[in-house]
Amino acid sequence: MGLALITPLVGAFLIWICRVDADLRESMSVLAAIVLILLVCSLFPTVASGGRPHLQILEILPGLSLAFELEPLGMLFAAVASILWLVTTIYAIGYMRGHAEKNQTRFYICFAVSLASTIGIAFSGNMFTLFVFYEALTIATYPLVTHAGGEAAKRAGRVYLGILLGTSILFQLLAILWTWGIAGHLDFVPGGILRDQAPPMVIAILFALYVFGVGKAALMPFHRWLPAAMVAPTPVSALLHAVAVVKAGVFTILKISLYIFGIDLLADLGVSQWITYVAAITILVASLVAMTKDNLKARLAYSTISQLSYVVLGATLANSFAVVGGALHVAMHAVAKITLFFCAGAILVASHKTEVSQMQGLGRAMPFTMTAFLIGSLSVIGLPPFGGIWSKWYLALGTLAAGERLVLAALVISSLLNVAYLLPIPIRAFFAPPPGDSKTTEIREAPLACMIAITVTAFACLALFFYPQPLYQLLSPVVNLDGAA
Amino acid sequence: MTTLGVFNYWVAVVLTMIGLYLVMASDNLVKKLVGLNIFQTAVFLIYITIGKVEGGTAPILKEGFDVYSNPLPHVLILTAIVVAVATTSVGLALVTRIKEEYGSVEEAEMRKQDEE
Amino acid sequence: MISSHLPALQVVLPLISAPVCVLIRKGLVAWMFAVAVSWITFVIALALLVHVVANGPLSYAMGGWAAPYGIVYRIDLLTAFVLIIVAGMGALVTTSAFRVAPGDMSRDHQNFFFGIFLLVLTGLLGITVTGDAFNLYVFLEISSLASYALVALGRDRRALMAAFQYLIMGTIGATFILAGIGLLYAVTGTLNMEDLAQRLQQVDDSRAVKAAFAFIVVGASLKLALFPLHAWLPNAYTHAPALVSAFLAATATKVGVYVLVRFIYTVFGGVFSFETMSLGPILMVFGLCAALVSSLVAIFQENVKRMFAYSSVAQIGYMVLGLSFASHTGLTAAIVHIFNHAAMKGALFLALACAVYRLGSVELSELRGLGRRMPITFACIVIAGLSLIGVPLTGGFVSKWYLVSAALEQDLWLVAAAVLVSSLFAVVYVWRVVEVAYFQSPPDGKGARCEAPASLVIPTVALAVACIYFGIDTEPTVGVARAAANELLASIP
Repeated sequence: MGLALITPLVGAFLIWICRVDADLRESMSVLAAIVLILLVCSLFPTVASGGRPHLQILEILPGLSLAFELEPLGMLFAAVASILWLVTTIYAIGYMRGHAEKNQTRFYICFAVSLASTIGIAFSGNMFTLFVFYEALTIATYPLVTHAGGEAAKRAGRVYLGILLGTSILFQLLAILWTWGIAGHLDFVPGGILRDQAPPMVIAILFALYVFGVGKAALMPFHRWLPAAMVAPTPVSALLHAVAVVKAGVFTILKISLYIFGIDLLADLGVSQWITYVAAITILVASLVAMTKDNLKARLAYSTISQLSYVVLGATLANSFAVVGGALHVAMHAVAKITLFFCAGAILVASHKTEVSQMQGLGRAMPFTMTAFLIGSLSVIGLPPFGGIWSKWYLALGTLAAGERLVLAALVISSLLNVAYLLPIPIRAFFAPPPGDSKTTEIREAPLACMIAITVTAFACLALFFYPQPLYQLLSPVVNLDGAA
Repeated sequence: MTTLGVFNYWVAVVLTMIGLYLVMASDNLVKKLVGLNIFQTAVFLIYITIGKVEGGTAPILKEGFDVYSNPLPHVLILTAIVVAVATTSVGLALVTRIKEEYGSVEEAEMRKQDEE
Repeated sequence: MISSHLPALQVVLPLISAPVCVLIRKGLVAWMFAVAVSWITFVIALALLVHVVANGPLSYAMGGWAAPYGIVYRIDLLTAFVLIIVAGMGALVTTSAFRVAPGDMSRDHQNFFFGIFLLVLTGLLGITVTGDAFNLYVFLEISSLASYALVALGRDRRALMAAFQYLIMGTIGATFILAGIGLLYAVTGTLNMEDLAQRLQQVDDSRAVKAAFAFIVVGASLKLALFPLHAWLPNAYTHAPALVSAFLAATATKVGVYVLVRFIYTVFGGVFSFETMSLGPILMVFGLCAALVSSLVAIFQENVKRMFAYSSVAQIGYMVLGLSFASHTGLTAAIVHIFNHAAMKGALFLALACAVYRLGSVELSELRGLGRRMPITFACIVIAGLSLIGVPLTGGFVSKWYLVSAALEQDLWLVAAAVLVSSLFAVVYVWRVVEVAYFQSPPDGKGARCEAPASLVIPTVALAVACIYFGIDTEPTVGVARAAANELLASIP
């Protein structure tokens, strides 16, 4: 387990050593990713059979230690992140070369460090450790977001850091300190550590501080950083802002709900209800905004904001169906959204087009990419035979179990909105006639490395429809332990 | 407390005020130092007053005298005077350097030169 | 036995070495001598800390005259802790002065520089070790007078004016303390701090004692640059030579905080300070104002040294805030922050010294492209900056953690929130520097890598590493700070 944490860092170091030779450097990156996957997968049987590997590094202050403990949620997140890291690395090789980006060594190093932070978040055994890696992730991704280095990138970097550091210091740290003051420790304990420790009002305030303090979950009104971060190169947007960073946010919220508060406590006190509504509003508003965006990546970003709130919804509904739905959505949405981003990047590399309205007729030039885009879209919308349906299914069950019909309605409307903003893109690409100029005819598919990555993730969307059982089995103890359902 | 004692304290208070006022109000750096000196002297005066015992003599053992003034404050103030002299000299040294650089010891004049 | 005279040697060694340094004509020899002396001083401080941790507080009668008539040097945990900071910074800064920036001072005059520098060191160490109130005043003046001279060495003529301003404010502060000590002597007839503490308890509700308290608190606040008495600090730190700024920022104000702690806890006692005089709310308001206002002002500075000078005022606000809670946690926070802030500000100002060495200026616009040109220096700025913000796993986080928990202990939510808001301001100003240094391309024709000489870079890196090390292994700092806080609070009946 310790090895899994160190692997990406060692990878970063090796990348730095091999900075002169581009081929060697990138093979180091791939190698580190493969080793990481193997290590994470080797932990899978232990966790699935109920084991909880534990590792304490050091105790900074009494009750405040840097410790790791792997449990199913973290396992799921680590697995998703590490597998998609490999895919993204392969994709990035094609993209960065195809797009002739500068400072590639820095790019790969920061990428590896970000992954180390993500794994740290996934494995963390208490809130403090999680917070440490949460901040580390923010700082490690900053150079990636501002990779382009221009004025726009700098402005985006400011928004990015401002919101993420701001919310985490102002709300999350306060909440953590408060929790520490109340409970005396910050360990993640199934069923929560706050029961009978504080009056409901305090619990309610704390929960709100946590939920808004995790700015990475992009709950409105703290969502501005995500569209801003889209100035980054596409592999960054793909892995970090569809998977690692944003999922770290919702993962944190799930962890907090389950192991700091305990979903029973949340359900009993009903403190999370109004946050459920905030999440529902975020889902709808972000979907609506997405419809107005012509820039493909911006549209996907708003779509991500909306989808993230599904997971927050899962946590705040505070029953076992919803939590399973939320956790599944972490995986399902990750795979689907990364496919979409890969396609967006492939389109950029191949045709230098960024706006949706320019993509008429692209389907003929890039049939492969556009098919993958269609698959990703359908999975995000939640149609069979793609993985996205399962998470939505459980979330819907969760809303019914909690008796929140309004929220259910929001989910349904949001799915319709998904159709409205995602599907027109492939439809136009395939059916609308290409614009008259001759340039379109010269467009070819993106580099091979990109295409491999796109294929893998598109197939994963499909595979997750037919084989969701491993994930479900992995997650079920989380909920059973809480005694709900 | 005798009238003399109270009078001494009054003098100290008045001198303190005069000194501080000079430091704050004057534009001339040398006058500021003069003010600072007055301010310090006022505090020394408090010490000396404390040490005085009514009817006491210098603390030298000699027949016929059994009331002595407390010598300790005097010693302390000797040290403090040395400190004050040192402060003044450092201050004056600075003023000399300032005069060399700016050609003036008026604060307003210097500010004007720096803004140019 | 030489070891039994360590408390005296701690002060006497640099005191005697100072004139020797001046007499050595050659700058290089003077440097070697000063480095040797400062490192020995540091070793003595370490030995004292080890001794105090093992055997409890230590008293040393100067010249064999027993207390309360003679001057006593008294070393408890807090003393030893501050000694380590001061002596350590002194050793690092003298070492880094091997090659000073061309234009800062010529090699011929370096012996004077080291002479004065050792005097400042003597003064600061003396303030810390002494157990005699008047002796404290004398050392205060020794360190202050010498530091006025150091500030005046700045290359810009505005340094002279800054030094003069510092002299006026510093002397007023010291004279206030002198007046306070005089009043205490008038009431109790003693100058020994332990004696004072005991006798003051028998004096109840004396107007002279209250006046003395006010004089001393205000005087110490001037010395430690508590908002709004901080006006001298930004100018002095901005225009002083960069190395001097590094040393003063890391030690002088910290010793000011130490004086305040010593008087309000040991001499007057917590009960008198916080109940009779209700010092808590006063310090809290000024501490908070310092943290918020100065951080905000720091954001708008174009000169990076001035920016970090304002940030120092803000950080002093944190320490004072920690004191104001009058609780064990608050006191621990303040003491830990004395150490951590010394490490981070030392690292920042030394890094700026590196920048000055190569670039000649620390205007924000001159730092463009620093990330490429001086990567190590830049990395140190980032690390120390993160510590300033209070990112986890840096020293700054530990002190902030204690500070906020101290506020939460007493249900002061708004105070806790205000501390966090001021950290956000810190994010903004630190990031302004990072952004310029990292993104903007260097001025034309100056893009080449030009790291400062190793004698400057190594101490900078050492301090930056300390920022991280003491954020992870907190036992040395927090452990000592907690024990010191226990000792201080034990004196309250």
